[in-house]
Amino acid sequence: MSKRKGLYASKMKRATHMLFYRRHQKPGVKGWELRRVLGSDYPKVLEILDDYLKSLDLQVKTVFEEGKTPAGKPSLEELDKARFYITLRGELTPKEAKMIGWRIDDLAGLAVAIVYIISKKGQAPRKDVEAMLSEKLPGWKVGLNVERYIRYGYLQQDDKEQLYLDWRTLAEVDEKALTDFLLKSEAQTTLPTEGAEENLDIEEEDSETS
Amino acid sequence: MHSKKEQKKLGREKLQRIIEMCLAIENHTVDPFMLDVDNILAIVKEYFPQWEQAEELNLDAEAIHHLASVIKLQSEWVKHRSTSLYTDPFLLEEKLTQATKEEMLSIFLKAWHPIVELEQLSLHSFAEALRYWETLVPLKDRWPELAVPEVAAGTATRDELVKQRILSDKVFSEELECYWQELKAKVGEKGSDGKMPYWDFIGADTYEETVQRAFLTSFLVTYGYAALEIHPLEEAVFIKPLEKPLSKISAQQLISIPISVTFENWQKWKRGELK
Repeated sequence: MSKRKGLYASKMKRATHMLFYRRHQKPGVKGWELRRVLGSDYPKVLEILDDYLKSLDLQVKTVFEEGKTPAGKPSLEELDKARFYITLRGELTPKEAKMIGWRIDDLAGLAVAIVYIISKKGQAPRKDVEAMLSEKLPGWKVGLNVERYIRYGYLQQDDKEQLYLDWRTLAEVDEKALTDFLLKSEAQTTLPTEGAEENLDIEEEDSETS
Repeated sequence: MHSKKEQKKLGREKLQRIIEMCLAIENHTVDPFMLDVDNILAIVKEYFPQWEQAEELNLDAEAIHHLASVIKLQSEWVKHRSTSLYTDPFLLEEKLTQATKEEMLSIFLKAWHPIVELEQLSLHSFAEALRYWETLVPLKDRWPELAVPEVAAGTATRDELVKQRILSDKVFSEELECYWQELKAKVGEKGSDGKMPYWDFIGADTYEETVQRAFLTSFLVTYGYAALEIHPLEEAVFIKPLEKPLSKISAQQLISIPISVTFENWQKWKRGELK
């Protein structure tokens, strides 16, 4: 192994440790933190790491300050202020989503809340979001779910009870893809995969609460 | 034909309505494009020459200010529509209403890439934690149990309360001085041989007041303002004020004389059966 390759391999390991292990209250690492540890060529290190993670269906996700992705190639200053995460590159199946601690209707509720806020240009009154959710979720669950979305960092609420998208949505959800898929969708009654099993779960949950 | 006054009144009302409409738009309750800016500007221009008072000009400026805010909102709306993220909100809402939970989940999973993070201990932090544990002083050494002695319930004297600053010494000594003067005056009026019956001095209209006077009298005696004279055979107790309080309490004064100030005794005194 050449000296240069060895150097990058070592930097990639450091970057992996920094990105995978939570260092702060919130996951992810700021660009300037990576620069301090890895050096000014940290974007190159992240590029190599991202390439390596492809085979594991993971990726290095960059979230720019205030969620504003620069039009062209980002400057070093913009990268320094950005936050980097390791996220899943592909998709989870409904069963996998359930296995990582999400009930299917809670996840569907999150999707509805996010899309609704996007449709309102990133800001919507909490009561409106709750009204939208209560069309498909039992009333007692709606408030709890919104609280959960806020607690996890998907949504944030101001003192006027207005809801906004929070840091986790920016890091995890491809807003454009989400709205595009929704607009292209046609009414569907079963899930594409493991549909029967998941449908059964939802019906059971609903009947418990009714 | 409207008079000038009526014209101005009408103009003010129109400006007020414009401001209210703009505020509704600013609060996102009305679509910014509901407002015809050209028409509004024409109204503002029409009435502007009539404004003379500062209040009227203020109203005009306020209307223009809010109108500018609405134009800004319209501009933002146009900017948002031109971005790739724009999708018709009504269409999105409609889709949301129509979509089933399963469909929403299926769509969301296509666009959701959850963060991967580990919160497990690393070998390094595990070794650190072990080192910390080894050097950690046991709880019993860090927080030794306080040896609180068991104290039996007892009584507190005035001195103790004064010493503990619960009661003020000054107020009490002043009260005692007054009480001593009262004793001297009463003995002068009703007493004989410079003394008077103890119960005649402490006795009052109510039992509570009697107890309070007995309490103060005990301090008069203890602090050397007065002396008690006891006639055991006659079962009579007299109180005798001293001309000057004794500065040094003698050994003789340290003798305790219990006098029972019970409710029954007080009633007996009221009936004249106790001296």
